[in-house]
Amino acid sequence: MAWLSNTLGRKGGTLARFINRPKEALVEGIIATSGAASILFVILILIFLLRDALPLFEITSLEGFLTGRDWYPTSDPPKFGALPLIVGSLLVTVGAIALAVPIGVAAAVYIAELSPARVREWLKVTVELIAAIPSVVIGFIGLVIVAPWIKELFNLPTGLTALTGAVMLAWMAMPTIVSIAEDAIRSVPIEYRQGSLALGTTHLQTVRHVILPAARSGLIAAIMLGIGRAIGETMTVLMVTGGAAQITTSLLKPVRTMTATIAAEMGETPQGSPHYHALFAVGALLFLITFFINLAADLALRKGQRAQ
Amino acid sequence: MNAEATTLMRSSSSRAAKERVIAWLLGLSTLAIVLPVLGILFFLVRFGLKAISWEFLTSMPRSGMTEGGIMPAIVGTFYLVMGTIIIAMPLGVLAAIYLSEYAGAGPFVRLIRLSITNLAGVPSVVYGLFGLGLFVLMLNFSTSILAGSFTLALLVLPLVITAAEESLRRVPNSLREASLALGTTKWQTVRNVVLPNSWAGILTGIILSIGRAAGETAPILFTAVVYYQFYVPQPAGLPYERRFWDFLFEPVMALPYHLYTLSTQATDVDPALQWGTALVLLALVLGMSAIAILLRARLGAGTRW
Repeated sequence: MAWLSNTLGRKGGTLARFINRPKEALVEGIIATSGAASILFVILILIFLLRDALPLFEITSLEGFLTGRDWYPTSDPPKFGALPLIVGSLLVTVGAIALAVPIGVAAAVYIAELSPARVREWLKVTVELIAAIPSVVIGFIGLVIVAPWIKELFNLPTGLTALTGAVMLAWMAMPTIVSIAEDAIRSVPIEYRQGSLALGTTHLQTVRHVILPAARSGLIAAIMLGIGRAIGETMTVLMVTGGAAQITTSLLKPVRTMTATIAAEMGETPQGSPHYHALFAVGALLFLITFFINLAADLALRKGQRAQ
Repeated sequence: MNAEATTLMRSSSSRAAKERVIAWLLGLSTLAIVLPVLGILFFLVRFGLKAISWEFLTSMPRSGMTEGGIMPAIVGTFYLVMGTIIIAMPLGVLAAIYLSEYAGAGPFVRLIRLSITNLAGVPSVVYGLFGLGLFVLMLNFSTSILAGSFTLALLVLPLVITAAEESLRRVPNSLREASLALGTTKWQTVRNVVLPNSWAGILTGIILSIGRAAGETAPILFTAVVYYQFYVPQPAGLPYERRFWDFLFEPVMALPYHLYTLSTQATDVDPALQWGTALVLLALVLGMSAIAILLRARLGAGTRW
């Protein structure tokens, strides 16, 4: 409770203050509580996920859940091997990041270093706009426009593949990657740039050998947050990746991600059934993955700020 | 001209050519990101506009949702968004006031900030699970407007806090000092000086949250929405005697979920209906973003401290 008395009792004790100005103390108490609420929510989310996930491990071992190759939640007996879902999420995310990082960083360099001042703001606003488009709309576009293209391009039986999901996710991760990478590039101290240019390098040599290495922490954070965005995306992958819970390493096959599994199956699952608990276990796993990705991104950003 | 100089010139001109190619590639990458935005807008307007009519916006779906309008989905999204903002705004603004005005530096504040970052990164479908566990089942709200609003409110909370805090921090300290020098208490200063000078930024956060809440599907999937409803939940009267807030405990249809069902679940749906729904949803969400962007631009240009 040290924080509470710290906040409320800067002059004199909490009690003295409360007696002198009860209304003020009450208001400050409410404000401090609201401030602390975010911590409470993170803990609550974790508790509620685990509470409904743990009963699964009375019927399946943790190892069986994480490494089981069969996800047949409605067969008799049901099988809750989440490996196909984990592999599906990884495949789509890795594909998305492989596309998004080079293109996104290139775009960030262009916007920060090369674009004419007049179009720079427009480019930034347009990229930011992508974040505002609902994922279900992007999924719809993927379903009716991109999937048929991919089907035709690779001559496939269906256009609903991991690749389709990866392409859509790569694009959806762009606002995160481009804006954080651009921030990182622009916050490199001007002396670095001047020092390099004074040695007779060209602008792009300076960018490549001085600015990008100096912005490394920010770029890593951009990539981490992009990964977090891609792995947690639900509706788009649900609509465009085909939904087959199979283990494959081919981007041209249908897959099913962890997020899509929860979204597709929770609606038809009786509360308290093993299937219900299994879906919560998948959710808890997702929460933990994104939690550590965000933590890593936060540390990278902080490291970058300290370095400057 | 001696040979050495020629080699130098050639290498420098080939380097210039190489750099031009790289610059082009960088520009092309930017184009690859920006063009699909315009492409999506083009497709939606081209195929969606002809579906939009007064009747489409104001009538119920008919014939197993293969015909008719999307009115209940629009109303449902309106309820959810209103509920979200009513819950998230006071909580978010108070949290921002704490972070900007009261909190110092320290491990506890660091923990709060880390929690906010993490809340922003939690997958939306995980919010759905949480809402199902806490609001729908434990607090017994059932699948309802109330449960969906609470779930969405948690989702937009980081957005509200971040925008509001940034805006509060913009208010120069000299204003706070001038107010405190007049003998006001800290809260009086916050209420009468700091808050009135940061409403525009707070509003920006609220508007962005409206856009976000209106477009999210996964969090309301198990907490608020139904596939089809033959009536629209309303505060008063119908269909039997009840209290005016009872409608909050009823499920609704919502635009993003309606688009999802129209494009993946229902069969034999007129494509115009799908495009029209997508266009209405996107117009709503982008309209909110546009207002927020304009407001932010005005905010940046308007006030001079």
